[in-house]
Amino acid sequence: MPKYEIRFGGFGGQGVVLAGVILAKAASIEEGKNAVQTQLYGPDSRGGAAKSEVVISDEKIDYPKVDKTDLLVLMSQEAAEKYGSEIKDNSIIIYDADLVQLNLSGSFTPYPVRATKIAADMGNKIAANMVMLGAVSAATNIVSLESLLKIIEASVPAYAKELNMNAAREGFRAVKEIMGRRGGNEN
Amino acid sequence: MRISGRQFLQGNEAVVEAAIAAGCRFFAGYPITPASEIAETMAIRMPQEKGIFMQMEDELASLSAVIGASWAGAKAMTATSGPGFSLMQENIGMAVMTETPCVIVDVQRSGPSSGQATRAAQGDLMQAKWGSHGDYELIVIYPNSVQELYDKTIEAFNLAEKYRTPVILLSDEIIAHMRENIYIPETLDIIERKRPRPEDKEHFLPWKPDDDGIPPMAKFGDGFKVMVENNTHDATGRTNQTDAALHTQLINRLCNKILNAKKDIVKTEGLFLDDAELVVVSCGCVSRSALEAVKLARQKGIKAGYFRLITIWPFADEQLIEVAGATKKMLVAEMNTGKLLREVKRVVDPYGVQVNHLPKIGGAYHTPGEILASIEKAVKENE
Repeated sequence: MPKYEIRFGGFGGQGVVLAGVILAKAASIEEGKNAVQTQLYGPDSRGGAAKSEVVISDEKIDYPKVDKTDLLVLMSQEAAEKYGSEIKDNSIIIYDADLVQLNLSGSFTPYPVRATKIAADMGNKIAANMVMLGAVSAATNIVSLESLLKIIEASVPAYAKELNMNAAREGFRAVKEIMGRRGGNEN
Repeated sequence: MRISGRQFLQGNEAVVEAAIAAGCRFFAGYPITPASEIAETMAIRMPQEKGIFMQMEDELASLSAVIGASWAGAKAMTATSGPGFSLMQENIGMAVMTETPCVIVDVQRSGPSSGQATRAAQGDLMQAKWGSHGDYELIVIYPNSVQELYDKTIEAFNLAEKYRTPVILLSDEIIAHMRENIYIPETLDIIERKRPRPEDKEHFLPWKPDDDGIPPMAKFGDGFKVMVENNTHDATGRTNQTDAALHTQLINRLCNKILNAKKDIVKTEGLFLDDAELVVVSCGCVSRSALEAVKLARQKGIKAGYFRLITIWPFADEQLIEVAGATKKMLVAEMNTGKLLREVKRVVDPYGVQVNHLPKIGGAYHTPGEILASIEKAVKENE
């Protein structure tokens, strides 16, 4: 696959950095692609804005940062306003519909996923990032749900495995449901 | 147990795993952003490897402890960033003068002083070589990826052992906090320091060099009589501060053991150089953008080339001269106001190469687009 650029945007505490790490790890360790993950690092990332970026490619990755996104995952309104314009044509935006109002022009496929609510209903809203990861797997061809689940299992403490893995499954299901509603012309 | 095979690691974690693979069993340090993950991971990994982790009161003590540990026979390391690196300069001189193998990691951040504590920079290129007082040489290596952080940490230990010298491993906030997939082979080439022969114990001269200019290093407790002297000393280790010839001979030996081995030590990377009209020169994180910019320029039909310094010191004069012989223009891209530029100009000015400069400070490094724009501008100049 050619260079695929992903950005997760939210606020500190939502786990957007971990989401990027797990996605990149799944793509590289489980699926043999090259992956680089970087993040915004600074005093402003606690409670304030946080972002995590992943570049995935079959080729060697030179420049590791994301320029314009093929996939944008939004978990805060601030992130939507900051990164919403930095997208490629025909890209994908997955957003937490309870936290983000999309007022964007441009050619993209939106997937509203109520990640925080889905996770809260399952027992802990802290797993919202895993819901988003499952959604990423369903909305794109970059990583399979199985690969993600393997890495999630290896990345979270034992007591939290079930919740986090199920959260990813729910996110996957939520996007497939949207696709089903919209008809067969989407992939 | 050391890890191997395909791994997905953060740059700082790769440094720790490589140090362990190289045989490092002593770490003393004081946490500082953006190097803290090295101390943090070492605190977990050293006890697992039956090594020692020491949280010190400051960076002066950190490097002191590392020097002591090395004399006790351990491969030893510390890691810091700009402010801590400044505090280590005195003991770097001591490690040079006492020919103590050790590795010092400096994950560069923006300065001077506390500067932008969490942001990247390449401001320590000169300090890494000239920070301590007096005349000396040491080895400074600057990787540009997580894979290379792993590989070059091992090389740093190997060179430190081989040449009995402190080796500085430069990193920066970008590559230190970046996570990438890397491959770690099953077997690695690891070099151990030269030890004196047991039969020489009776008449051991701890500072008498072999033909390569390097004396074998005794380990404390093995029964060799060793005086570790950081004043000017003779072969026995006794200080003599009035003998000009002795001082000259000692300092020349310490410098030449490094300079005479430049062929073994100095590494660079060159791509697209054969027909390059302009060569972008860079190191560390910036080189990742530089290579992408050069490839973009090539797609546009511009004959751009790429040259990267992996070893910063001793400086790659010979390799750069070779590049200068085949190109008319160079563009130095760096995250400071002109440190690499100064060295590049020193080397290539006599060859009539026009050197352009693209400095950038403030915490974010150059985008490929910014470097590409400078390439396009420089190529058009004087046409």
